Amino acid sequence: MSALEKVYYSPAGKAIAAKAGLKEPPRLRRGRTWPQGSIVLASIGGGTLAAETMRLLGRSTDDPVVDEGDDAPGYGARIGALVVDATAVSTVSQLEELRALLRPAVRSIERSGRIVVVARVASGDWEAQAVARALDGINRTVGKELRGGATATLLQVEPEVRAGDLASTLSFVLQGRSAFVDGQAWIVTAADQDGAGRDEAPLDGKVVVVTGAARGIGAAIARTLARDGAIIVAVDIPPAGESLAEVANEVGGTALQLDITAADAGRRIAEHVAQRGQSIYGIVHNAGITRDKMLVNTDAARWASVLEVNLAAQMRINEVLLDPATDGGIADGGRVIGVASTSGLAGNKGQTNYAASKAGVAGLVTAMAPDLASRRITANAVAPGFIQTEMTAKIPFIQREVFLRSNSLSQGGLPVDVAETIGYLLDPRSQGVTGQVIRVCGQNLVGA
Amino acid sequence: MTHSAVVVGGNRTPFAKAGGPFAQASNHDLLTAALDGLIARHGLAGERIGEVAAGAVLKHSKDFNLTREAVLSSALDPTTPACDLQQACGTGLETTIYIANKIRLGQIESGISGGVDSTSDAPIAVSDPLRRALLKANAARSAADRLKALSRIRPAHLKPQAPSVAEPRTGLSMGEHQALTTERWGIDRAAQDELAAASHHRLAAAWDDGFFDDLVTPYMGVPRDAILRPDTSVERLAGLKPVFGGPQGTMTAGNSTALSDGAATALLATPEWAEAHHLPVLAKVVDAEVAAVDHPGGADLLLGPVAAAGRMLARQGLTLGDFALVEIHEAFASTVLATLKAWDDEDYCRAIGLEGALGTIDRSVLNVTGSSLAAGHPFAATGARIVPTLAKLLHERGPGSKGLISMCAAGGQGVVAILEAV
Repeated sequence: MSALEKVYYSPAGKAIAAKAGLKEPPRLRRGRTWPQGSIVLASIGGGTLAAETMRLLGRSTDDPVVDEGDDAPGYGARIGALVVDATAVSTVSQLEELRALLRPAVRSIERSGRIVVVARVASGDWEAQAVARALDGINRTVGKELRGGATATLLQVEPEVRAGDLASTLSFVLQGRSAFVDGQAWIVTAADQDGAGRDEAPLDGKVVVVTGAARGIGAAIARTLARDGAIIVAVDIPPAGESLAEVANEVGGTALQLDITAADAGRRIAEHVAQRGQSIYGIVHNAGITRDKMLVNTDAARWASVLEVNLAAQMRINEVLLDPATDGGIADGGRVIGVASTSGLAGNKGQTNYAASKAGVAGLVTAMAPDLASRRITANAVAPGFIQTEMTAKIPFIQREVFLRSNSLSQGGLPVDVAETIGYLLDPRSQGVTGQVIRVCGQNLVGA
Repeated sequence: MTHSAVVVGGNRTPFAKAGGPFAQASNHDLLTAALDGLIARHGLAGERIGEVAAGAVLKHSKDFNLTREAVLSSALDPTTPACDLQQACGTGLETTIYIANKIRLGQIESGISGGVDSTSDAPIAVSDPLRRALLKANAARSAADRLKALSRIRPAHLKPQAPSVAEPRTGLSMGEHQALTTERWGIDRAAQDELAAASHHRLAAAWDDGFFDDLVTPYMGVPRDAILRPDTSVERLAGLKPVFGGPQGTMTAGNSTALSDGAATALLATPEWAEAHHLPVLAKVVDAEVAAVDHPGGADLLLGPVAAAGRMLARQGLTLGDFALVEIHEAFASTVLATLKAWDDEDYCRAIGLEGALGTIDRSVLNVTGSSLAAGHPFAATGARIVPTLAKLLHERGPGSKGLISMCAAGGQGVVAILEAV
């Protein structure tokens, strides 16, 4: 810690920083926790999907306060969340009803509260499609205006989606697991889910391979998925074996020392799993490297190593594990998770190679999803923003503090935030979520 | 004997030169690290294992329960029992034999053998006169008696006693003994340097192939065996000065093992236990034998494995030609070469009570992934390094492939064992 950093984090320093407008960021609600205040449920135009889903989740809901032109309408007490069923919204005039619901709720939302709009995937006439996009603009803006760690989410559902298909998603969004997911929108498709399943240990007894598991985000993924019942195969390069063994022993899994860029990496993962008489339920391609340089200084070697580790290796491994002939491969109904990055989605100075690889991961899961649908295998990615790890702790203090605060939640995320989002995507009940890229970035202020 | 004991896998730390990167690690730390890596590789966290047997040659008296304490520090179920065994450089193999025998007798279903040594953590003792004076002073009833006892201490007594590698009965160090053997058996310098270079090259190639990815877990930031010199050559080794056998000697630092730090473990079980735990079975432990020579009477100190192997092969009805692979611990390059010569020497074999010479082996089956000259030799760990390495190699060659392990040890002893791929 630098001297400046020590002063900044001292009690006196914090007081001065607060006066200068640098308030201590809100402490986010995390884990499998529901909002403290009531969950307010509203419907525009008579849609019932959100109400049915809340019933399936066994959560009681309250009626909304609607702004009818009185000044400063609000709720008596803080509310925990507002869930708006906008599945029947298709006209510009209906957007006013959403405003009238949002205004009181935004005023009264508790810390780490949630504003969730459930809407249709864009379809229909010109106006309906314009309105669908308008909802996205509203969601992004609400995310930026909310304070105290509260977040906004837009869930876009396909016409055939039933409560069972939406349950794991709505549960994730309302719970503390989605702490660092803000201002995001993603699609839920119909997958014939009845919503049955364990909320506490959804991955019970399922084999999940996590690459890059020795430290940082990968270790948090292993821990979080093990908490959810998964049998972890922790993979990392042989030189990281010591901390890999620690993680594997901590989560009661197995350690597999393996360079994912090796030609036989996929086969060796499959052999490790097959040896144990198992098949893979999910693989989390978390392993990644950076070799940052401005483009003018980026040579072929820097370019190749990053694309090889971050993108090409997982493509080769997927090919082997998804081959139905591979003993110990990914079983039907399985999950493939890529780890992209906001650097890839929005671009980042000095990271052309990294951005290429990470945007590539996003493209990869989008392409894989429809092809794997017949085997009920989903492919999704998370795109972390600024996550506080040993690696980011090395960024100079002032630069780091600027990065940390450059999002709607005014703080960096934690490795567990990425892990929880991955856990949600791995949940068997998330069958209807595929080909999606979910940012875990606290709604970065820059970029897309 | 109704049970079979199989090698399931192994794990060790990289080995490093004494006083090197592991200088601050104790035997306890190293053994715990080797155990934790083994547990992680095989998914045994929280598991109760039948028994863990390991040992160290250089050991503090406070470490009397070294292995049990390491078990408690590891991720194993704390109700896993453990014991310490010690048989000089044969320790890691002797613990394997002990565990395998218990498994074969049906006393346990699973076990871990191992060994550790840290010449950096060697116990430094006080001299005998100093100890006697201190004990006497401690027992004294009056201040005067105490003073009288302490007054017997002389400056020379204060010199700490580092553990000696000399044989107590001959006063000769192991290297000095081996120098006698080297000369007696006419082992020349070039042959020794060739063997040493091959050891380095073969170990380096195995590392490059990823062979050790599932046998070694890095420790304290050291990813690979630190003594290994992939770029060494016969020419480079030929330039080294002799360290044993006087100015005309042929034994150098290059063809003798370095003092080393490290720990190794092997997981053994019944095939049923392995199957129930979804673990592989690499090779079964077929037989073992320990022999000793009368080195105070002039016998070659490190040729114990000749009689041991001879008796074991006779019992099994096997010849050297039956082995797909042979591992001879490289205490010194000349030990390996003298052992090979002795195995093929009719007169010598008859003189030590064998029916005749054991014959020769094809050098291409000897120490195919290198041995102690390149890897290093933390005394008690070496046997537990060789067992999983050989088991994996045999498994790769297919069921029925047999391997012979030969280890020399201080005190004129030799420990040998046979593994067979399943």
